[in-house]
Amino acid sequence: MRLEVRKTYKLLIGGAAVRSESGRVVPVNGPTGTHLANVPLGSRKDARDAVRAARGALPGWSGRTAYNRGQVLYRIAEVLEARSLELAGVIAHSTGTSIADATVEVAQAVESAVHYAGWTDKLHAVLGGVNPVAAPFFSFSTPEPVGVVALLAADLPSLVGLVDPLCAALAGGNTVLALVSAAHPLAGLDLGEVLTTSDVPAGVVNLIAGDHAEVAPHVASHGDVDALIDASNDALATELERRCATNITRYRRPGAPCSLEAVERTLELKTAWHPVGS
Amino acid sequence: MRLEDVTVDAVGVEARVSSLARRSIKAETKDAWLRLALSMVDLTTLEGKDSDGKVARLCAKALHPDPADPTLPTVAAVCVYPPFVALAKRLLARSAVRVASVATAFPSGQAPLATRLAEVTAAVADGADEIDMVIDRGAFLAGRSTKVASEIEQVKVACGAAHLKVILETGELETYDNVRRASLLAMRHGADFIKTSTGKVSPASTPGTVLVMGEALRDYVEETGRMVGMKPAGGIRDAKAALATLVIVNETLGDAWLTPTWFRFGASSLANDLLMQIAKLRTGAYGSPDAFSAS
Repeated sequence: MRLEVRKTYKLLIGGAAVRSESGRVVPVNGPTGTHLANVPLGSRKDARDAVRAARGALPGWSGRTAYNRGQVLYRIAEVLEARSLELAGVIAHSTGTSIADATVEVAQAVESAVHYAGWTDKLHAVLGGVNPVAAPFFSFSTPEPVGVVALLAADLPSLVGLVDPLCAALAGGNTVLALVSAAHPLAGLDLGEVLTTSDVPAGVVNLIAGDHAEVAPHVASHGDVDALIDASNDALATELERRCATNITRYRRPGAPCSLEAVERTLELKTAWHPVGS
Repeated sequence: MRLEDVTVDAVGVEARVSSLARRSIKAETKDAWLRLALSMVDLTTLEGKDSDGKVARLCAKALHPDPADPTLPTVAAVCVYPPFVALAKRLLARSAVRVASVATAFPSGQAPLATRLAEVTAAVADGADEIDMVIDRGAFLAGRSTKVASEIEQVKVACGAAHLKVILETGELETYDNVRRASLLAMRHGADFIKTSTGKVSPASTPGTVLVMGEALRDYVEETGRMVGMKPAGGIRDAKAALATLVIVNETLGDAWLTPTWFRFGASSLANDLLMQIAKLRTGAYGSPDAFSAS
């Protein structure tokens, strides 16, 4: 007889798989009550560390060529595809959905990564442009990443609900700290292993599992977070929006899956006026 | 005690430092200590690209570290290269902020003695309140401590009324034994302050060197009755490191040194982190480094 070696689930902060700074761990059970794994319960300090890592990684990631960001996103799709059996199993076990449905969800996640990989070098052409102005100026607008994006993932779907808005934010050049699904954190944390093997630079994506009601308000109030994409439960929305208004953090609901709109929610337009001869 | 007989228990130093690093400072005490640390900062710019504009900006920051919070103290001093002393002195004239200048061919110290002394004289003539000199580490490591001692004495004379801070550059001294020896040597020959590092060599100030220098200082003051100050510089980049350093100082030297008169931080990025942490205690939310002016 062989004793099963179980995985210790960890957070992803600054490119490293780490335990929660708080030392807290919670058991995660399947729908029938069987114990699946122990998962670190992220704290406010973990979120602060993640903000710091994301801020540090921003110049490098936003400074890469759009083409290169597309390559990295495509690589995420490749690694997701290669691990689709494993991820489908994790989704099915932890949420109680059928293997067939879970397999479809992983396929959708791969689809999202490929979709946004294609958008990276087309954003300027589609969203930016030259503006007609009645003065001797050359005026043009270009889309820029807002910066550090905090993402609150929905409870369900536990994988694609994270991957879609995440890849949308990455496509525009943002760095992200994501609170993975609070009810079903396993697939979201497994995504960390996909990201660290997909050429995503350390700190560009940080994944935290935890109680959204405990951590999210703190994230919304953090002065170094530029946008909050909130797909979490509605009970928190008003409070988060109020906190975001206080320090001028952009508060948005996520866009539709595989849409340009989802990318736009983490972009802002920079408009420059350049004098030209009469 | 003869200098060469001085030794330090390196393992004991590390153990003591790691036990002190576990102290936790919270709430009102943290706020008070952050403000104290801010008042001890020597706001520093020592770059080849320094300009009048940058020094002027630094002086403005020294007077009003965070314009949004009028309750803050000013910093202790600004620390610049000699050509900027006159400008800094003029901009800080009606304040208690002092002007410190590095001199003696900072950071290497590799220049003829006459040149180094002339540099000190010029900085003092321009109005420097404090002079930060470097010792000749090559001579010290070769055992020529008499040469180092004589140079410190001559610089002290050139300083006149200006305070003399002696930079040991502990990162180049290799051992704690040498750190303690150099500290004693500097104090015995006229240093008003002993300072860890130039900030140009890594490692700069570490908790271990702060403890060793602090103990040397305590023993010297106990023996002679002459007060000497201390200035860790370089390597203390955030509020957490600053508070940890103050814990070591408090436990080693005591209350008398917890004042900008006898203790300083040489730093360029520390001030902004202190301001951010003070604002965090006031507002309850973490801020963005973007909200504070460049150092």
